[in-house]
Amino acid sequence: MKLADIIPLLQLEPLVVIDDLDFEVETACGCDLMSDVLAFSQEKTLLLTGLTNPQVVRTAEMTDIKFIIFVRGKRPQEETIELAREKGINLYLSPKPMFECCGLLYQGGLSSEKIRRI
Amino acid sequence: MQEKLILQNKIAKGDFARGGETSSNLKELLRKLGIQSDKNRRVTIVTYELEMNIIIHSHGGEIQVYISSEKIRVVAADTGPGIEDLEKAFQPGYSTADDEVRDMGFGAGMGLNNIKHYSDELEIETGPGQETKIVATVYL
Repeated sequence: MKLADIIPLLQLEPLVVIDDLDFEVETACGCDLMSDVLAFSQEKTLLLTGLTNPQVVRTAEMTDIKFIIFVRGKRPQEETIELAREKGINLYLSPKPMFECCGLLYQGGLSSEKIRRI
Repeated sequence: MQEKLILQNKIAKGDFARGGETSSNLKELLRKLGIQSDKNRRVTIVTYELEMNIIIHSHGGEIQVYISSEKIRVVAADTGPGIEDLEKAFQPGYSTADDEVRDMGFGAGMGLNNIKHYSDELEIETGPGQETKIVATVYL
């Protein structure tokens, strides 16, 4: 799914834009537990989260995730935005709740991540 | 190539504001050294978990990273208080972290599992009231 299709679907407001709208997203991870993101995520994953602290950007950085969407209209802290700019990570804001965001993306053709056995 | 120390950083107890800086510096350093991106990713995830563990659970400590032609070794050493029950600490979902830490998205009880998963070798020296030393190795 291209980012250009995701923006209207989730009514995304851009906060930090680094990559262009042709960026192809392969899968998504809806998660508020950063260790789970570190456990399961791969590149070309979209991270949807309700957390807004800078550790979300750090976690994305370590896992090579390029896109973070903050759900439920929760605006991230200024330090989070600054860090994302510095590290080249795209930030968007959706007014929709997590469940709806995940449902719309799934319906739109994004598949689940391959989950490793713990 | 003989093993060489490429990074050494002190990590302070409770320093969430700087949490991840060491791992971020390491990621950049490994990129400059031309380390394959999937190896870089594994090493930095391991280092990030170790770094956050020192911040969350310890009295403070230090991370050192060594590199040779065949491997990268991450050494995380702290000044205590030690892991009470190592077997439990490896159970997915088990955590002794408080609510403040959980609110930040950590303390999900996955840290040690992640470290083990992304490392090729893992050595842990710890015990109640002791210092903890963890050595994680990723082969190149």
